[in-house]
Amino acid sequence: METVTGFIAEDQAQGLFRVARTAFTEESVFRAEYESVFEKCWLYVGHESEVRKNGDFVRRTIAGRNLVFNRDTSGKLNVFFNVCPHRGAEVCREKHGNAKHFQCFYHGWIFGSDGSLKSQPGKERYIADFGAQGRGNLVTVPRFANYRGFCFINFDPTACSIEEYLGNAREYLDLVADQSEAGMVVVSGMQEYSIRANWKLLVENSNDGYHAATTHATYLDYVAKTHVMGNDVALRGIGRELGNGHAVVEYTAPWGRPIANWIPIWGEEGKREMERIHAGLVARHGKDKADRIAFKNRNILIFPNLVVNDIMSLTVRTFYPLKPDLMHVTGWALAPENESEWAREYRLNNFLEFLGPGGFATPDDVEALESCQGGYRNAKEVGVGWNDISKGMGLDPQYDDEVQMRSFWKEWNRRVSAVCK
Amino acid sequence: MTTRSEVEDLLYLEADLLDAWKLKDWLELYTDDAEYEVPSADLPGDADPAKSLFYIADNRFRLQERVVRLNKKTMWSEYPRSKTRHLVTNVRLLGAENGELRVRAAFAVYRTKWGNTDIYVGSYEYVLRETDAGLKIRKKRAILELDSLRPQGRVSILL
Ligand code: FES
Ligand SMILES: [Fe+2]
Repeated sequence: METVTGFIAEDQAQGLFRVARTAFTEESVFRAEYESVFEKCWLYVGHESEVRKNGDFVRRTIAGRNLVFNRDTSGKLNVFFNVCPHRGAEVCREKHGNAKHFQCFYHGWIFGSDGSLKSQPGKERYIADFGAQGRGNLVTVPRFANYRGFCFINFDPTACSIEEYLGNAREYLDLVADQSEAGMVVVSGMQEYSIRANWKLLVENSNDGYHAATTHATYLDYVAKTHVMGNDVALRGIGRELGNGHAVVEYTAPWGRPIANWIPIWGEEGKREMERIHAGLVARHGKDKADRIAFKNRNILIFPNLVVNDIMSLTVRTFYPLKPDLMHVTGWALAPENESEWAREYRLNNFLEFLGPGGFATPDDVEALESCQGGYRNAKEVGVGWNDISKGMGLDPQYDDEVQMRSFWKEWNRRVSAVCK
Repeated sequence: MTTRSEVEDLLYLEADLLDAWKLKDWLELYTDDAEYEVPSADLPGDADPAKSLFYIADNRFRLQERVVRLNKKTMWSEYPRSKTRHLVTNVRLLGAENGELRVRAAFAVYRTKWGNTDIYVGSYEYVLRETDAGLKIRKKRAILELDSLRPQGRVSILL
Protein backbone atom coordinates (compact mmCIF):
# COMPACT_ATOMS: atom_id res chain seq x y z
CA MET A 1 0.00 0.00 0.00
CA GLU A 2 1.40 3.35 -1.01
CA THR A 3 1.12 5.88 1.76
CA VAL A 4 1.77 9.58 1.35
CA THR A 5 2.98 11.48 4.40
CA GLY A 6 3.80 15.11 3.80
CA PHE A 7 6.26 15.17 0.91
CA ILE A 8 7.10 11.45 0.92
CA ALA A 9 5.30 8.55 -0.76
CA GLU A 10 6.32 5.11 0.43
CA ASP A 11 5.44 1.50 -0.32
CA GLN A 12 7.84 -1.01 1.21
CA ALA A 13 6.38 -4.01 -0.66
CA GLN A 14 6.86 -2.24 -3.99
CA GLY A 15 10.30 -0.93 -3.11
CA LEU A 16 9.00 2.58 -3.56
CA PHE A 17 10.22 5.75 -1.88
CA ARG A 18 9.44 9.04 -3.57
CA VAL A 19 9.88 12.69 -2.67
CA ALA A 20 7.62 15.41 -4.06
CA ARG A 21 9.57 17.77 -6.31
CA THR A 22 7.68 20.71 -4.88
CA ALA A 23 9.98 20.24 -1.85
CA PHE A 24 12.66 21.86 -4.03
CA THR A 25 10.65 24.66 -5.57
CA GLU A 26 8.07 26.12 -3.19
CA GLU A 27 8.48 29.37 -1.30
CA SER A 28 6.29 27.92 1.50
CA VAL A 29 8.68 24.99 1.94
CA PHE A 30 11.66 27.34 2.02
CA ARG A 31 10.02 29.32 4.86
CA ALA A 32 9.01 26.16 6.70
CA GLU A 33 12.60 24.93 6.55
CA TYR A 34 13.85 27.97 8.42
CA GLU A 35 11.12 27.56 11.02
CA SER A 36 11.34 23.81 11.59
CA VAL A 37 14.90 22.92 10.62
CA PHE A 38 17.42 25.77 10.71
CA GLU A 39 15.88 27.41 13.78
CA LYS A 40 15.61 24.11 15.67
CA CYS A 41 18.64 21.98 14.76
CA TRP A 42 22.27 22.19 15.80
CA LEU A 43 24.16 24.02 13.05
CA TYR A 44 27.88 24.00 12.36
CA VAL A 45 29.48 27.38 13.03
CA GLY A 46 33.16 26.58 12.60
CA HIS A 47 36.12 24.61 13.85
CA GLU A 48 37.85 25.58 17.07
CA SER A 49 41.17 25.83 15.22
CA GLU A 50 39.84 28.82 13.27
CA VAL A 51 39.96 30.83 16.50
CA ARG A 52 43.00 29.22 18.00
CA LYS A 53 44.52 32.16 19.88
CA ASN A 54 42.80 34.27 22.52
CA GLY A 55 41.15 37.19 20.74
CA ASP A 56 40.83 35.41 17.36
CA PHE A 57 37.52 35.95 15.62
CA VAL A 58 35.78 35.08 12.36
CA ARG A 59 32.53 36.40 10.97
CA ARG A 60 29.95 33.84 9.95
CA THR A 61 26.60 33.86 8.20
CA ILE A 62 24.56 30.96 9.56
CA ALA A 63 20.92 30.50 8.55
CA GLY A 64 20.93 34.12 7.39
CA ARG A 65 22.10 35.43 10.78
CA ASN A 66 25.08 37.74 11.03
CA LEU A 67 27.40 36.24 13.69
CA VAL A 68 30.85 36.55 15.21
CA PHE A 69 32.61 33.40 16.41
CA ASN A 70 35.53 34.18 18.71
CA ARG A 71 37.81 33.06 21.49
CA ASP A 72 37.80 35.75 24.15
CA THR A 73 40.83 36.91 26.09
CA SER A 74 40.07 34.33 28.80
CA GLY A 75 40.13 31.52 26.20
CA LYS A 76 36.38 30.90 26.13
CA LEU A 77 34.62 30.31 22.80
CA ASN A 78 31.61 32.54 22.05
CA VAL A 79 29.18 33.14 19.24
CA PHE A 80 27.62 36.62 19.27
CA PHE A 81 24.96 38.19 17.13
CA ASN A 82 26.93 40.80 15.19
CA VAL A 83 24.70 43.71 16.07
CA CYS A 84 25.29 46.64 18.37
CA PRO A 85 22.95 46.77 21.40
CA HIS A 86 22.69 50.53 20.86
CA ARG A 87 21.14 51.03 17.44
CA GLY A 88 22.18 48.03 15.50
CA ALA A 89 25.36 48.58 13.51
CA GLU A 90 27.68 45.61 13.05
CA VAL A 91 30.30 45.59 15.79
CA CYS A 92 32.66 43.35 13.82
CA ARG A 93 33.41 44.55 10.30
CA GLU A 94 36.36 42.39 9.38
CA LYS A 95 36.08 38.87 8.02
CA HIS A 96 38.60 37.51 10.50
CA GLY A 97 41.31 38.78 12.79
CA ASN A 98 42.39 39.13 16.39
CA ALA A 99 40.93 41.72 18.74
CA LYS A 100 40.73 42.35 22.47
CA HIS A 101 37.82 44.70 21.82
CA PHE A 102 35.12 45.29 19.27
CA GLN A 103 34.29 48.92 18.67
CA CYS A 104 31.04 49.93 17.06
CA PHE A 105 32.04 52.84 14.84
CA TYR A 106 28.61 54.42 14.68
CA HIS A 107 28.56 56.03 18.16
CA GLY A 108 31.68 54.45 19.58
CA TRP A 109 30.53 51.86 22.08
CA ILE A 110 33.32 49.43 22.91
CA PHE A 111 32.87 45.79 23.93
CA GLY A 112 35.30 43.33 25.43
CA SER A 113 35.99 40.11 23.53
CA ASP A 114 33.57 38.48 25.99
CA GLY A 115 30.83 40.81 24.73
CA SER A 116 30.59 43.01 27.83
CA LEU A 117 30.19 46.76 27.36
CA LYS A 118 33.47 48.45 28.29
CA SER A 119 32.93 52.04 27.29
CA GLN A 120 30.17 54.26 26.08
CA PRO A 121 30.72 57.88 24.98
CA GLY A 122 28.39 60.20 26.93
CA LYS A 123 27.90 57.64 29.67
CA GLU A 124 26.80 60.34 32.10
CA ARG A 125 23.67 60.91 30.00
CA TYR A 126 22.45 57.34 30.70
CA ILE A 127 21.03 56.03 33.97
CA ALA A 128 23.67 55.14 36.51
CA ASP A 129 23.25 51.34 36.46
CA PHE A 130 23.03 51.05 32.67
CA GLY A 131 26.11 48.83 32.59
CA ALA A 132 25.03 46.73 35.56
CA GLN A 133 21.72 45.95 33.89
CA GLY A 134 23.64 44.21 31.11
CA ARG A 135 21.55 45.84 28.41
CA GLY A 136 24.66 47.23 26.75
CA ASN A 137 26.33 43.85 26.27
CA LEU A 138 26.58 41.86 23.06
CA VAL A 139 24.17 38.95 22.96
CA THR A 140 25.27 35.37 22.38
CA VAL A 141 23.25 32.85 20.36
CA PRO A 142 21.04 30.75 22.65
CA ARG A 143 23.17 27.60 22.55
CA PHE A 144 26.79 26.81 21.74
CA ALA A 145 28.59 23.48 21.90
CA ASN A 146 32.03 22.21 20.94
CA TYR A 147 32.10 18.55 19.95
CA ARG A 148 35.76 17.55 19.62
CA GLY A 149 36.65 20.74 17.78
CA PHE A 150 33.50 20.91 15.66
CA CYS A 151 31.58 23.91 17.00
CA PHE A 152 27.81 24.11 16.74
CA ILE A 153 25.10 26.61 17.63
CA ASN A 154 21.39 26.28 18.14
CA PHE A 155 18.84 29.10 17.95
CA ASP A 156 16.41 27.05 20.04
CA PRO A 157 17.14 27.46 23.78
CA THR A 158 15.21 24.25 24.54
CA ALA A 159 17.20 22.04 22.16
CA CYS A 160 18.67 18.74 23.44
CA SER A 161 22.43 18.47 24.06
CA ILE A 162 24.81 18.20 21.12
CA GLU A 163 25.81 14.70 22.25
CA GLU A 164 22.23 13.53 22.18
CA TYR A 165 21.61 15.28 18.87
CA LEU A 166 24.63 13.73 17.14
CA GLY A 167 23.86 10.30 18.56
CA ASN A 168 25.35 7.55 16.39
CA ALA A 169 27.05 10.13 14.19
CA ARG A 170 29.56 10.81 16.98
CA GLU A 171 31.44 7.64 16.07
CA TYR A 172 32.14 9.09 12.61
CA LEU A 173 33.17 12.55 13.77
CA ASP A 174 35.45 10.76 16.24
CA LEU A 175 37.10 8.95 13.33
CA VAL A 176 38.02 12.41 12.02
CA ALA A 177 39.01 13.97 15.34
CA ASP A 178 41.14 10.90 16.18
CA GLN A 179 43.32 11.30 13.09
CA SER A 180 45.86 13.35 15.03
CA GLU A 181 46.91 13.40 18.66
CA ALA A 182 47.81 17.07 18.18
CA GLY A 183 44.29 17.95 16.98
CA MET A 184 42.85 18.86 13.60
CA VAL A 185 43.12 22.29 11.99
CA VAL A 186 41.35 24.16 9.25
CA VAL A 187 43.80 25.10 6.49
CA SER A 188 43.75 28.78 5.42
CA GLY A 189 41.66 29.47 2.32
CA MET A 190 37.89 29.07 2.22
CA GLN A 191 35.91 27.98 -0.76
CA GLU A 192 32.80 30.12 -0.78
CA TYR A 193 30.58 29.62 -3.78
CA SER A 194 26.97 29.44 -4.81
CA ILE A 195 24.87 26.90 -6.63
CA ARG A 196 21.71 27.82 -8.48
CA ALA A 197 19.79 24.91 -7.03
CA ASN A 198 17.92 23.84 -3.92
CA TRP A 199 20.16 23.13 -0.90
CA LYS A 200 18.76 19.63 -0.40
CA LEU A 201 20.21 18.61 -3.75
CA LEU A 202 23.65 19.15 -2.24
CA VAL A 203 22.68 17.11 0.83
CA GLU A 204 21.84 14.19 -1.45
CA ASN A 205 24.84 14.72 -3.69
CA SER A 206 27.36 14.91 -0.85
CA ASN A 207 26.87 11.28 0.08
CA ASP A 208 25.74 9.85 -3.22
CA GLY A 209 27.95 6.94 -4.23
CA TYR A 210 25.77 6.23 -7.26
CA HIS A 211 26.64 9.18 -9.47
CA ALA A 212 30.43 8.89 -9.69
CA ALA A 213 30.66 6.63 -12.72
CA THR A 214 28.78 9.01 -15.01
CA THR A 215 28.92 12.47 -13.43
CA HIS A 216 32.61 12.08 -12.61
CA ALA A 217 33.68 10.10 -15.66
CA THR A 218 36.42 12.63 -16.45
CA TYR A 219 37.72 12.59 -12.87
CA LEU A 220 37.80 8.79 -12.88
CA ASP A 221 39.68 8.90 -16.22
CA TYR A 222 42.23 11.13 -14.51
CA VAL A 223 42.43 8.91 -11.42
CA ALA A 224 42.99 5.89 -13.67
CA LYS A 225 46.08 7.64 -15.09
CA THR A 226 47.42 8.66 -11.69
CA HIS A 227 46.23 7.22 -8.37
CA VAL A 228 45.14 3.83 -9.72
CA MET A 229 48.49 3.00 -11.37
CA GLY A 230 49.57 -0.22 -9.62
CA ASN A 231 46.81 0.18 -7.03
CA ASP A 232 43.55 -1.16 -8.34
CA VAL A 233 41.26 -0.95 -5.28
CA ALA A 234 37.53 -1.25 -6.03
CA LEU A 235 34.89 1.24 -4.90
CA ARG A 236 33.02 -0.88 -2.37
CA GLY A 237 31.27 -0.36 0.95
CA ILE A 238 28.07 0.35 2.82
CA GLY A 239 25.53 3.07 3.53
CA ARG A 240 24.09 3.58 7.01
CA GLU A 241 21.27 5.51 8.62
CA LEU A 242 22.48 7.02 11.87
CA GLY A 243 19.21 8.33 13.28
CA ASN A 244 17.99 11.95 13.65
CA GLY A 245 18.49 12.31 9.88
CA HIS A 246 22.25 11.75 10.02
CA ALA A 247 23.80 9.26 7.63
CA VAL A 248 27.08 7.95 6.29
CA VAL A 249 28.57 5.97 3.46
CA GLU A 250 31.82 4.14 4.21
CA TYR A 251 33.85 2.49 1.46
CA THR A 252 37.19 1.64 -0.09
CA ALA A 253 38.33 3.55 -3.17
CA PRO A 254 41.29 3.63 -5.57
CA TRP A 255 42.61 7.04 -4.55
CA GLY A 256 45.38 7.79 -2.08
CA ARG A 257 44.57 9.31 1.30
CA PRO A 258 47.08 11.48 3.12
CA ILE A 259 45.93 9.85 6.33
CA ALA A 260 47.94 6.78 5.51
CA ASN A 261 46.58 5.18 2.35
CA TRP A 262 49.68 5.15 0.19
CA ILE A 263 49.54 4.90 -3.60
CA PRO A 264 52.51 4.12 -5.83
CA ILE A 265 52.73 7.57 -7.48
CA TRP A 266 53.61 9.00 -4.07
CA GLY A 267 56.99 7.27 -4.28
CA GLU A 268 59.33 6.14 -1.52
CA GLU A 269 59.20 9.36 0.48
CA GLY A 270 55.43 9.13 0.54
CA LYS A 271 55.58 5.49 1.54
CA ARG A 272 57.78 6.19 4.56
CA GLU A 273 55.53 9.06 5.56
CA MET A 274 52.33 6.99 5.26
CA GLU A 275 53.91 4.11 7.23
CA ARG A 276 54.93 6.51 9.97
CA ILE A 277 51.40 7.96 10.20
CA HIS A 278 49.83 4.49 10.15
CA ALA A 279 52.12 3.27 12.93
CA GLY A 280 51.05 6.25 15.03
CA LEU A 281 47.38 5.45 14.43
CA VAL A 282 47.96 1.81 15.44
CA ALA A 283 49.77 2.85 18.60
CA ARG A 284 46.95 5.19 19.63
CA HIS A 285 43.89 3.27 18.45
CA GLY A 286 44.83 -0.36 17.78
CA LYS A 287 45.09 -1.97 14.36
CA ASP A 288 41.41 -2.32 13.49
CA LYS A 289 40.52 1.29 14.10
CA ALA A 290 43.79 2.48 12.53
CA ASP A 291 43.02 0.53 9.35
CA ARG A 292 39.52 1.90 9.31
CA ILE A 293 40.79 5.48 9.62
CA ALA A 294 43.49 4.96 7.03
CA PHE A 295 41.88 2.83 4.33
CA LYS A 296 38.15 3.60 4.46
CA ASN A 297 36.50 6.69 3.01
CA ARG A 298 33.53 8.25 4.74
CA ASN A 299 30.98 10.76 3.50
CA ILE A 300 29.22 11.94 6.64
CA LEU A 301 26.02 13.96 6.77
CA ILE A 302 25.08 15.63 10.03
CA PHE A 303 21.46 16.71 9.67
CA PRO A 304 20.57 19.12 8.25
CA ASN A 305 23.53 20.59 6.37
CA LEU A 306 26.95 19.67 7.70
CA VAL A 307 28.94 17.46 5.39
CA VAL A 308 32.27 16.01 6.44
CA ASN A 309 33.82 14.11 3.58
CA ASP A 310 36.81 12.08 4.69
CA ILE A 311 37.84 10.98 1.22
CA MET A 312 41.01 11.67 -0.86
CA SER A 313 41.27 14.76 1.30
CA LEU A 314 39.21 15.94 4.22
CA THR A 315 36.58 18.58 3.61
CA VAL A 316 34.00 20.22 5.84
CA ARG A 317 31.14 21.89 4.03
CA THR A 318 27.95 23.66 4.98
CA PHE A 319 25.33 25.48 2.94
CA TYR A 320 22.12 27.48 3.25
CA PRO A 321 19.28 28.36 0.92
CA LEU A 322 18.75 32.01 0.01
CA LYS A 323 15.81 31.07 -2.18
CA PRO A 324 14.32 27.71 -3.14
CA ASP A 325 16.65 27.65 -6.15
CA LEU A 326 19.80 29.26 -4.76
CA MET A 327 22.25 28.19 -2.05
CA HIS A 328 25.49 29.54 -0.66
CA VAL A 329 28.14 26.91 0.04
CA THR A 330 31.21 27.23 2.25
CA GLY A 331 33.91 24.57 2.18
CA TRP A 332 37.10 24.13 4.19
CA ALA A 333 40.03 21.73 4.18
CA LEU A 334 40.74 20.05 7.51
CA ALA A 335 44.10 18.48 8.33
CA PRO A 336 46.08 17.00 11.22
CA GLU A 337 47.83 19.91 12.88
CA ASN A 338 51.15 18.11 13.08
CA GLU A 339 51.36 16.54 9.60
CA SER A 340 54.54 16.99 7.58
CA GLU A 341 54.90 19.56 4.81
CA TRP A 342 54.95 16.67 2.38
CA ALA A 343 51.61 15.30 3.61
CA ARG A 344 50.01 18.75 3.71
CA GLU A 345 51.02 19.43 0.14
CA TYR A 346 49.64 16.10 -1.09
CA ARG A 347 46.48 16.60 0.95
CA LEU A 348 45.83 19.95 -0.72
CA ASN A 349 46.75 18.52 -4.10
CA ASN A 350 44.24 15.72 -3.67
CA PHE A 351 41.65 18.24 -2.54
CA LEU A 352 42.05 20.40 -5.62
CA GLU A 353 42.04 17.46 -8.00
CA PHE A 354 38.54 16.50 -6.96
CA LEU A 355 36.91 19.09 -4.76
CA GLY A 356 35.88 22.67 -4.95
CA PRO A 357 34.99 25.15 -7.67
CA GLY A 358 38.11 24.44 -9.74
CA GLY A 359 38.36 20.69 -9.12
CA PHE A 360 37.92 17.93 -11.68
CA ALA A 361 34.66 16.81 -10.04
CA THR A 362 32.76 19.44 -8.04
CA PRO A 363 31.88 21.68 -11.03
CA ASP A 364 30.14 18.68 -12.59
CA ASP A 365 28.19 18.11 -9.36
CA VAL A 366 27.15 21.75 -9.50
CA GLU A 367 26.04 21.28 -13.10
CA ALA A 368 24.04 18.15 -12.14
CA LEU A 369 22.30 19.93 -9.27
CA GLU A 370 21.42 22.91 -11.44
CA SER A 371 20.16 20.51 -14.06
CA CYS A 372 17.85 18.84 -11.50
CA GLN A 373 16.57 22.26 -10.49
CA GLY A 374 15.86 22.93 -14.17
CA GLY A 375 13.87 19.69 -14.36
CA TYR A 376 11.85 20.67 -11.31
CA ARG A 377 10.28 23.49 -13.28
CA ASN A 378 7.87 20.68 -14.17
CA ALA A 379 7.24 19.81 -10.52
CA LYS A 380 3.54 20.50 -10.63
CA GLU A 381 2.74 18.59 -13.83
CA VAL A 382 0.96 15.25 -13.72
CA GLY A 383 3.29 12.24 -13.84
CA VAL A 384 6.53 14.20 -13.29
CA GLY A 385 6.04 15.41 -9.72
CA TRP A 386 8.21 12.90 -7.84
CA ASN A 387 11.87 11.93 -7.35
CA ASP A 388 12.59 8.20 -7.02
CA ILE A 389 14.91 7.49 -4.08
CA SER A 390 14.37 3.75 -3.76
CA LYS A 391 17.74 2.27 -4.74
CA GLY A 392 18.68 -0.60 -2.43
CA MET A 393 15.34 -0.82 -0.60
CA GLY A 394 14.92 -4.20 1.06
CA LEU A 395 18.53 -5.14 0.28
CA ASP A 396 21.80 -5.01 2.21
CA PRO A 397 22.71 -1.33 1.92
CA GLN A 398 25.66 -0.72 -0.41
CA TYR A 399 27.66 2.53 -0.52
CA ASP A 400 26.05 3.39 -3.86
CA ASP A 401 22.46 2.85 -2.71
CA GLU A 402 20.16 5.59 -1.45
CA VAL A 403 19.46 4.54 2.14
CA GLN A 404 21.45 7.53 3.45
CA MET A 405 19.24 9.90 1.48
CA ARG A 406 16.06 8.27 2.74
CA SER A 407 17.42 8.82 6.24
CA PHE A 408 17.73 12.56 5.58
CA TRP A 409 14.36 12.83 3.89
CA LYS A 410 12.44 11.09 6.65
CA GLU A 411 13.78 13.49 9.27
CA TRP A 412 13.32 16.50 6.98
CA ASN A 413 9.75 15.45 6.23
CA ARG A 414 8.92 14.88 9.88
CA ARG A 415 9.96 18.43 10.66
CA VAL A 416 8.83 20.34 7.58
CA SER A 417 5.50 18.66 6.96
CA ALA A 418 4.52 19.51 10.54
CA VAL A 419 4.43 23.19 9.56
CA CYS A 420 3.84 23.05 5.80
CA LYS A 421 1.56 20.89 3.67
CA MET B 1 64.68 43.12 -24.82
CA THR B 2 61.06 42.08 -24.88
CA THR B 3 58.75 45.03 -25.40
CA ARG B 4 55.34 45.60 -23.92
CA SER B 5 53.66 45.20 -27.29
CA GLU B 6 55.27 41.79 -27.72
CA VAL B 7 53.91 40.82 -24.32
CA GLU B 8 50.48 42.21 -25.19
CA ASP B 9 50.48 40.23 -28.44
CA LEU B 10 51.02 37.05 -26.45
CA LEU B 11 48.33 37.83 -23.87
CA TYR B 12 45.80 38.83 -26.52
CA LEU B 13 46.55 35.68 -28.50
CA GLU B 14 46.04 33.65 -25.33
CA ALA B 15 42.68 35.34 -24.70
CA ASP B 16 41.57 34.70 -28.26
CA LEU B 17 42.50 31.02 -28.15
CA LEU B 18 40.61 30.57 -24.89
CA ASP B 19 37.51 32.30 -26.19
CA ALA B 20 37.64 30.14 -29.34
CA TRP B 21 38.04 27.00 -27.14
CA LYS B 22 41.25 26.14 -29.02
CA LEU B 23 42.68 24.70 -25.86
CA LYS B 24 45.41 22.51 -27.36
CA ASP B 25 46.78 25.52 -29.19
CA TRP B 26 46.46 27.49 -25.96
CA LEU B 27 48.54 24.90 -24.10
CA GLU B 28 51.30 25.38 -26.72
CA LEU B 29 51.83 28.86 -25.29
CA TYR B 30 53.03 27.31 -22.01
CA THR B 31 56.45 25.91 -21.10
CA ASP B 32 56.96 22.27 -20.12
CA ASP B 33 57.35 23.27 -16.48
CA ALA B 34 54.36 25.63 -16.49
CA GLU B 35 52.14 26.36 -13.49
CA TYR B 36 48.62 27.74 -13.45
CA GLU B 37 47.04 28.92 -10.20
CA VAL B 38 43.86 30.52 -8.91
CA PRO B 39 44.01 31.25 -5.14
CA SER B 40 40.79 31.20 -3.11
CA ALA B 41 39.25 34.67 -3.03
CA ASP B 42 39.93 35.20 0.69
CA LEU B 43 43.68 34.51 0.43
CA PRO B 44 46.39 37.12 -0.09
CA GLY B 45 47.58 37.22 -3.71
CA ASP B 46 50.99 35.78 -2.81
CA ALA B 47 49.65 32.74 -0.90
CA ASP B 48 51.41 29.37 -1.24
CA PRO B 49 49.33 26.45 -2.60
CA ALA B 50 51.37 23.97 -0.55
CA LYS B 51 50.12 25.65 2.61
CA SER B 52 46.74 27.19 1.74
CA LEU B 53 43.62 25.99 -0.02
CA PHE B 54 43.35 27.34 -3.58
CA TYR B 55 40.67 26.79 -6.22
CA ILE B 56 43.31 25.69 -8.70
CA ALA B 57 47.03 24.95 -8.41
CA ASP B 58 48.09 22.99 -11.50
CA ASN B 59 51.53 21.87 -12.50
CA ARG B 60 52.11 21.22 -16.19
CA PHE B 61 50.82 17.65 -15.95
CA ARG B 62 47.54 18.59 -14.32
CA LEU B 63 47.11 21.58 -16.60
CA GLN B 64 47.43 19.24 -19.56
CA GLU B 65 44.88 16.92 -17.95
CA ARG B 66 42.60 19.90 -17.38
CA VAL B 67 42.68 20.54 -21.11
CA VAL B 68 42.03 16.84 -21.82
CA ARG B 69 39.03 17.04 -19.50
CA LEU B 70 37.76 20.30 -20.99
CA ASN B 71 37.81 18.71 -24.43
CA LYS B 72 35.54 15.83 -23.42
CA LYS B 73 31.79 15.78 -23.85
CA THR B 74 31.59 14.17 -20.41
CA MET B 75 32.96 17.38 -18.89
CA TRP B 76 29.38 18.24 -18.05
CA SER B 77 29.94 21.67 -16.59
CA GLU B 78 31.51 22.92 -19.83
CA TYR B 79 29.64 20.78 -22.31
CA PRO B 80 27.63 22.25 -23.89
CA ARG B 81 30.34 24.87 -23.84
CA SER B 82 29.86 28.22 -22.23
CA LYS B 83 30.55 31.39 -24.17
CA THR B 84 33.46 33.35 -22.79
CA ARG B 85 35.21 36.63 -23.42
CA HIS B 86 38.56 37.35 -21.81
CA LEU B 87 39.35 41.07 -21.59
CA VAL B 88 42.98 41.82 -20.76
CA THR B 89 44.24 45.30 -20.02
CA ASN B 90 46.58 47.43 -17.82
CA VAL B 91 49.54 45.35 -18.97
CA ARG B 92 52.75 46.22 -17.11
CA LEU B 93 56.25 44.77 -17.31
CA LEU B 94 57.53 44.51 -13.77
CA GLY B 95 61.07 43.36 -14.36
CA ALA B 96 63.32 40.70 -15.85
CA GLU B 97 65.57 38.20 -14.13
CA ASN B 98 67.41 35.13 -15.45
CA GLY B 99 65.66 35.27 -18.83
CA GLU B 100 62.24 35.45 -17.16
CA LEU B 101 59.96 38.43 -17.30
CA ARG B 102 57.39 39.31 -14.66
CA VAL B 103 54.18 40.82 -16.00
CA ARG B 104 51.00 42.03 -14.38
CA ALA B 105 47.71 42.67 -16.15
CA ALA B 106 44.08 43.23 -15.25
CA PHE B 107 41.34 40.94 -16.48
CA ALA B 108 37.60 40.62 -16.72
CA VAL B 109 36.31 37.28 -17.95
CA TYR B 110 32.66 36.93 -18.91
CA ARG B 111 31.12 33.47 -18.90
CA THR B 112 27.62 32.92 -20.23
CA LYS B 113 25.67 29.69 -19.95
CA TRP B 114 22.02 28.70 -19.45
CA GLY B 115 20.94 32.34 -19.48
CA ASN B 116 23.37 33.51 -16.78
CA THR B 117 26.33 35.78 -17.39
CA ASP B 118 28.94 35.71 -14.64
CA ILE B 119 31.98 37.93 -14.41
CA TYR B 120 35.38 37.01 -13.02
CA VAL B 121 37.52 40.05 -12.36
CA GLY B 122 41.04 40.31 -11.05
CA SER B 123 44.70 40.52 -11.94
CA TYR B 124 46.99 38.18 -13.78
CA GLU B 125 50.52 37.67 -12.61
CA TYR B 126 52.65 36.10 -15.28
CA VAL B 127 56.16 34.80 -15.48
CA LEU B 128 57.16 34.70 -19.15
CA ARG B 129 60.23 33.01 -20.56
CA GLU B 130 62.18 33.79 -23.70
CA THR B 131 62.71 30.48 -25.55
CA ASP B 132 64.00 29.46 -28.98
CA ALA B 133 60.36 29.08 -29.99
CA GLY B 134 59.58 32.61 -28.82
CA LEU B 135 58.04 34.03 -25.70
CA LYS B 136 56.24 31.40 -23.55
CA ILE B 137 54.24 31.37 -20.36
CA ARG B 138 56.10 29.79 -17.44
CA LYS B 139 53.52 30.68 -14.84
CA LYS B 140 50.15 32.31 -14.66
CA ARG B 141 48.36 33.19 -11.46
CA ALA B 142 44.84 34.61 -11.74
CA ILE B 143 44.07 36.54 -8.56
CA LEU B 144 40.36 37.20 -8.23
CA GLU B 145 39.32 40.60 -6.91
CA LEU B 146 36.11 39.13 -5.55
CA ASP B 147 34.79 38.33 -2.06
CA SER B 148 33.84 34.81 -3.09
CA LEU B 149 32.58 32.80 -6.06
CA ARG B 150 29.03 34.01 -5.55
CA PRO B 151 27.27 33.87 -7.90
CA GLN B 152 29.90 32.42 -10.28
CA GLY B 153 29.87 29.10 -8.39
CA ARG B 154 32.90 27.59 -10.10
CA VAL B 155 36.02 28.13 -12.15
CA SER B 156 35.31 25.43 -14.69
CA ILE B 157 36.67 27.57 -17.53
CA LEU B 158 40.29 28.64 -17.85
CA LEU B 159 40.70 32.20 -16.61
S1 FES C 1 24.85 51.73 16.91
FE1 FES C 1 26.62 51.02 17.92
S2 FES C 1 27.24 52.68 19.15
FE2 FES C 1 25.41 53.36 18.21
FE1 LIG D 1 29.98 14.24 -6.99
